Amino acid sequence: MTTTTLAVLVPLLPFLGAAAGLLLGRTAPGFVRPLAVLPPLAALVLAALVAVRQGGGQAITSHTELTPTGSVPIELALDIDGFAALVAVVVAFVATCVQIYSTGYLRDDPRYPSYAALVSLFTSAMLLVVYSGDLIVLLVGWEVMGICSYFLVGHYWETPEARAASLKAFLVTKLGDVPFLIGLFALGTDAGSFRITRVLGAVTSGGLDHPTVIALLLLAGVAGKSAQFPLHTWLPDAMAGPTPVSALIHAATMVAAGVYFIARLLPVFEASSAAMVVLAVMAAVTMAGSGVAALAQDDIKRVLAYSTIGQLGYMTGALAVGDRGAAVFHLMSHGAFKALLFLAAGVIIHAAGTNSLAAMSRMHGLRDRVPDAYWTMTVALLALAAIPPFSGFFSKESVLGAAEHAADGHTAHVPGVTGWIVLVAGLVTALLTAAYATRLWLLAFRGRGAEAPDHGRQPLTMTVVLWVLTIPSLAFGGFAYRSLPDWFDGRDLTPTLLTSILGTGLALVGGLLTYGAWQRTTALAARAPLGAVAAHPEGDAGLVEAEAIATHEPAYGDIAYAPDPADPGRLLLGPLHRHAAAGFHLDAVYTALFVRPVQAGASLVRFLDREVVDTYVRGAAALPRLLGAAVRRAQTGNVQTYVSALLAGTVVLAVAVLLVATGA
Amino acid sequence: MHLAYPAVLSSLLFCTGVYGVLARRNAILVLMSVELMLNAVNLNLVAFDVWLSRAAEETLHSGQALTLFTIAIAAAEIGIGLAIVLAVHRNRGTADIDKLRDTAEGPETERPDSSAAEKAEATA
Repeated sequence: MTTTTLAVLVPLLPFLGAAAGLLLGRTAPGFVRPLAVLPPLAALVLAALVAVRQGGGQAITSHTELTPTGSVPIELALDIDGFAALVAVVVAFVATCVQIYSTGYLRDDPRYPSYAALVSLFTSAMLLVVYSGDLIVLLVGWEVMGICSYFLVGHYWETPEARAASLKAFLVTKLGDVPFLIGLFALGTDAGSFRITRVLGAVTSGGLDHPTVIALLLLAGVAGKSAQFPLHTWLPDAMAGPTPVSALIHAATMVAAGVYFIARLLPVFEASSAAMVVLAVMAAVTMAGSGVAALAQDDIKRVLAYSTIGQLGYMTGALAVGDRGAAVFHLMSHGAFKALLFLAAGVIIHAAGTNSLAAMSRMHGLRDRVPDAYWTMTVALLALAAIPPFSGFFSKESVLGAAEHAADGHTAHVPGVTGWIVLVAGLVTALLTAAYATRLWLLAFRGRGAEAPDHGRQPLTMTVVLWVLTIPSLAFGGFAYRSLPDWFDGRDLTPTLLTSILGTGLALVGGLLTYGAWQRTTALAARAPLGAVAAHPEGDAGLVEAEAIATHEPAYGDIAYAPDPADPGRLLLGPLHRHAAAGFHLDAVYTALFVRPVQAGASLVRFLDREVVDTYVRGAAALPRLLGAAVRRAQTGNVQTYVSALLAGTVVLAVAVLLVATGA
Repeated sequence: MHLAYPAVLSSLLFCTGVYGVLARRNAILVLMSVELMLNAVNLNLVAFDVWLSRAAEETLHSGQALTLFTIAIAAAEIGIGLAIVLAVHRNRGTADIDKLRDTAEGPETERPDSSAAEKAEATA
C-alpha cells in the first residue's frame, strides 16, 4: 500500500470502528470491546508506519477535489510533515491506551458501547485534524471533537455536575469557534485557498492583507479548544466526565488540537507581532494562574486539569516565541505523562472511594493498596515537575531555552518582550508546578489516619496500561531531543545550561517548600476529621468515580474546595487560597457578564411574547368568538326546528329561481 | 284519467307529510309522515311514467321500476327508524321529540369535556 493509502486509513479506521460500535452496540455486545480497542490499535500501527516512511523528510501531500465549491476551492487534502506524523502516533497511542483502560474502568457500565464508539470517533476526528491539509476539512474534525467532548463529559448525565459541565464545555469552546470560523474564512479569502501549503506560501510571499485580525480571530478558537485564558474555564469542570475521557481530552485530543493548529500555521501568526505578544501574554497568564489554582484544588482530577492548562500554557508560550518544535515536543511528552497521571488518578479514586485530596490525606497506606498507580504516578509527577532525567524536563527546558533565545532577540519575527514574558512566566510556573505536584503526591500517598479501604486488586487492563505509559514518561524526552529536530524545523531542542539550572532549581525549591509546609500542617489533619467515601466502593471504577464527584459538593460545600486546615496549599497561598480554589472567580465574572444579561433578555422576550403578542392574538379572536356565540343560539336541539328552517330555505330558493327564470 | 288527479292527490299527500314531520311530537308519527311523503313521490313517479309512456314508441317504465326501489328503501328506513325510536323510548321512557334535545347548544359552551362527560353519563 502506498503511504497515502495508509495515511487515509489512519483516521478512517477509528471512524468505521465508531460507526460499527454505535450500530452493533445493542445487538451484538460481544463485538463491542474488540471494536473499541482494535481500530485505534490498527490506527496506531498505521500511523507509526506512516511516520517511519515519512521519516521527517519531505512532507507527504496528496489532494483530490470532490466537487467544485465556488470561488475558494475545498479539497480533501493530506499534508503530512514531521509534526503531523509524530503527533498522529501520539494521538493513536494515547487513544489505544485509553480504550484498553476503559474496558476495565467501565466494565459494568450499561452505556459502555456508545461511550467506546464516541471515544473512537473523538480519536478519528483528532487524527483528521492532524493529517488534514485543508483548513475546512480540519475544521470538520475540530467540530466533531467539540460534539464528542460534549457527549463524553456528560457521560454520567444523571448527575447535575456532568450535565452542567458538558454544556459548559460545548458552549465555551463554541464561543471560541465562531471567531475561529470567521478567521478561517478571512484567511482563505486572503490567501485564495484553504490548502495549508498554499496559505503558508501566500504568507511567505506577503500575500496576507490582514494578518493581525486573522491571527487574533484564529487565536480565539485556539484559546477555546486548548483551554487558554480566558476560555479555560470549561476544562476543570470537564472533570465531571469519566477519568479515561479526561485522559483522552487532556493528553492527545481536543486541547492538543489548538496547539497543533498554531504550530501548523505559525507563519500566519508570525506575520503579526501583535498576535505574538497577545499569544505570549495569554500563555503567561494561563501558566501562572493555573499553577496557583492547581495548588488550591481539593479534587485530585481538578489539580490535574489545572496542570494541563498550565502545560498547555508552556506550549502556547513556545509558539509565542516562534519555536514550534519545542511546542510539539512538549505536546508529545506531556501527552504521555498526562495520560498516565489521569489514568493513575482513576485507579486511586477507585481504590480510595473518593476524589478528595483532603479525604485521601486522612487515609493510611493508600500506596500499598495501589502499588502500580503509586509508582507510575510518581514517575509521571516527576515528569510533570520537570525533574531530570524524566521526559518532561527535556521538553520544558526546550521551551524555556526557546524563550531565552527569543528574549535575547535572536529569533526572527518575534519581539524580544514576548521572550521575556514567556521566560519569566515559565520559570514561575516551574516553581508552582513542582509545588502542586509535590502537594498532590504527599496528600494522596503520605496520608495518616485510618487504614485505607481494601477493594482487592485493580483490573489488569488498567494497571498494564499504566506501566506502558510509564516508558515514554520516563525516557521519551531524553532519547528524543537529539533526533526530533530532524523531524521538526531543525531547531535545536537540547536544554541550555542556564535555563536548566534555573528551571530545575526553582522546581526543587517549589517541591521543598511544599514539603516543609506539609510537615507543619500534617499534624493538623488528625484534629480535623474530614472525608466522605463512595456509597458503593465495590462497584466498577466508573461508578465509584461518579459517586465521588456527586458527593463532593454536599460533603465539602464546594466542587473544588474543601475546608481542610491540613492542606499545605493553604499555608503556601495564605489568603489567596480561597480565591484560587474558585479559579479566581472567573466563573462568577462570566455569570455577571454573560449569563445574567442573557437570562434577563430571555425573560424580556418571554414577557413580550406572553403579554404583548398574545394580547393582539386574543383581541383578534374576540369578534369571531362573539359571532360564533350568536350563531350557536340557533342550535336548539329540536330536529323539527331544523327541518322547518330547511323547508323555509327551500321555499325561498324555489321562489327566487322562479322569479329569475320568469325574468321578473 | 287526466294527470291532474294523481298530481293533486300526491301534492296533498306530500303536504300532509310535511305538516306531520314539522308538527307532530311523537317520533313514530313523524316517521309515518315521512312515509306519506315518500308515497306521494311514488304516486307521482307512477303517474308520470304512465303519462309519458303513452307517447313513447318503446319504454322501459323506469318510473315504475324506481317506485319499487323506493318502496324497498322505505321499508328498510322505517325498520331502522322504528328500532331507533324503540331504543330511545326504552332508554328515556319517552318518544317525544321536543324532549330529546341532547344536541342543544347550552349556555356553558366553553367546556366541551364536561358536556361530553354528561353525554356519556346520559347514554350509559
